[in-house]
Amino acid sequence: MRWYTKLILPIILIFVWEVLAILIGNEFILPRIESVIEVLFRPLANIFGQGSLVENSAVSIFRVLLGFLIGLLAAIPLGIFMGRSDAVEEFVDPVIQVLRPIPPIAWLPLALAWFKIGLAGIIFIIFIGAFFPVLINTIDGVKRVSRTWIETACTFGAKEAQLLSKVVVPAAMPDIWTGLRVGFGIAWMSVVAAEMLPGTTSGLGFLILFGLNIGQLQVTIAGMIVIGLIGLGIDYLMKRVEMRYFSWKGLEK
Amino acid sequence: MRLCVQHLTKEFTGTRGERIQALSDISLDIEPKEFICLLGPSGCGKTTLLRIIGGLEKATSGCIAINSHHVSGPDPMMAMIFQEYSLFPWRTIRDNIAFGLEIRNIPREEREKAVKTYLSLVGLTEFADSYPYELSGGMRQRVAVARALAINPGILLMDEPFGALDAQTRNMMQRELLDIWEKTKKTIIFVTHSVDEAVFLADRIVVLTPRPGTIRDIIPIDLPRPRDRTSEDFLRIRRFVLSLIDETMAKREDL
Repeated sequence: MRWYTKLILPIILIFVWEVLAILIGNEFILPRIESVIEVLFRPLANIFGQGSLVENSAVSIFRVLLGFLIGLLAAIPLGIFMGRSDAVEEFVDPVIQVLRPIPPIAWLPLALAWFKIGLAGIIFIIFIGAFFPVLINTIDGVKRVSRTWIETACTFGAKEAQLLSKVVVPAAMPDIWTGLRVGFGIAWMSVVAAEMLPGTTSGLGFLILFGLNIGQLQVTIAGMIVIGLIGLGIDYLMKRVEMRYFSWKGLEK
Repeated sequence: MRLCVQHLTKEFTGTRGERIQALSDISLDIEPKEFICLLGPSGCGKTTLLRIIGGLEKATSGCIAINSHHVSGPDPMMAMIFQEYSLFPWRTIRDNIAFGLEIRNIPREEREKAVKTYLSLVGLTEFADSYPYELSGGMRQRVAVARALAINPGILLMDEPFGALDAQTRNMMQRELLDIWEKTKKTIIFVTHSVDEAVFLADRIVVLTPRPGTIRDIIPIDLPRPRDRTSEDFLRIRRFVLSLIDETMAKREDL
């Protein structure tokens, strides 16, 4: 695909948007592109006393990283444990299967009940979002480690700790990384949703809802675009790491 | 290094709960620096026997001893070479060869020395920093041999190591293995189902019969090396070994 063919549809969409905005003529329903761009091009400007785009982005990124980090610190060791031991997996798996389909947002009421309003509740929601994809992929990756690799290490006299650090974890790493990518995607969605909790006064999720509340939809749309770009950027970085370090996956035969 | 297998028996439980006897009363003495081939049709338990010697599986009864010390589990005096895909794809060739030494916490300098030695022994020095997927099947097996030799074992256990290679590469690898064996003087226990391969390589061929796996015969091969596959003597021995195997297969079909 030539690079410019990728641009055709976005240009059409922007054009249609602008035409619709002019036809509707109501900034409270669909603001014009110029007003959205005006917000986007002044990322350091304070938006109606609620901080700038950059400040709110930084708040959201900090929250998502914190929740994501706690999530993977819990999910990866548990996943390795479950992947290595059938007994542990049989014991824990039913609970995982029941909890997994519950969307992170469905935990909002409990987050409020347990942590009140504030950082802890938001982190909790992100944790839930990141935890399951990382866990499931870690279990899968660990279970799929080639038996020959494990036996090779055993014949060299590897103990369980060496087996984990030198064979199981590096062999499962591409799958774990896939879990991290998916988990981060969900964590990013979760943070935006969690920031719409009542009482939250910062973050991109707060900002786009605030835009609606004060009748400034250009702020909302600008915030949405920033949310999309940050998610895209982080996924791109993670994909680059994947290509750089885990390209052996699929070529091992 | 003398390896002694005594009255070894192995039973499995089948999928319907029935007892399957894989190996029955195997006794075998292997001399130091001997090249032994375990030969037999699939299902005769030759790989199981090798895996028990290598400590990857437990025997139901019987025992294994190296120089009269009892073996239970993977032993530092032995190294195993698998059929294929045993290299770690995330490690370079250099780091693959150093793997066994890392497990044994050998200091870096010594590891690097050993890697250099065995890379050149298998003729892959220029591939030190390549990854396994960049190498051909034959080259990968040479790396597996180098990795096994790097820990300086007395006994090499090889489980159909050339089974996945094409005929030409396979013949070349057999010659190279004999070279390495001459140079390093290891004891080698080599599993194969190829009569040709066994006659070409072995000092003695242990012919196994299937279900339950028992030793049908042990055939010493006195031909001088390098052996000529087209010579009268080679063909005569090959015919004889083949007839032994056909006999065991025929018996099995009678059942």
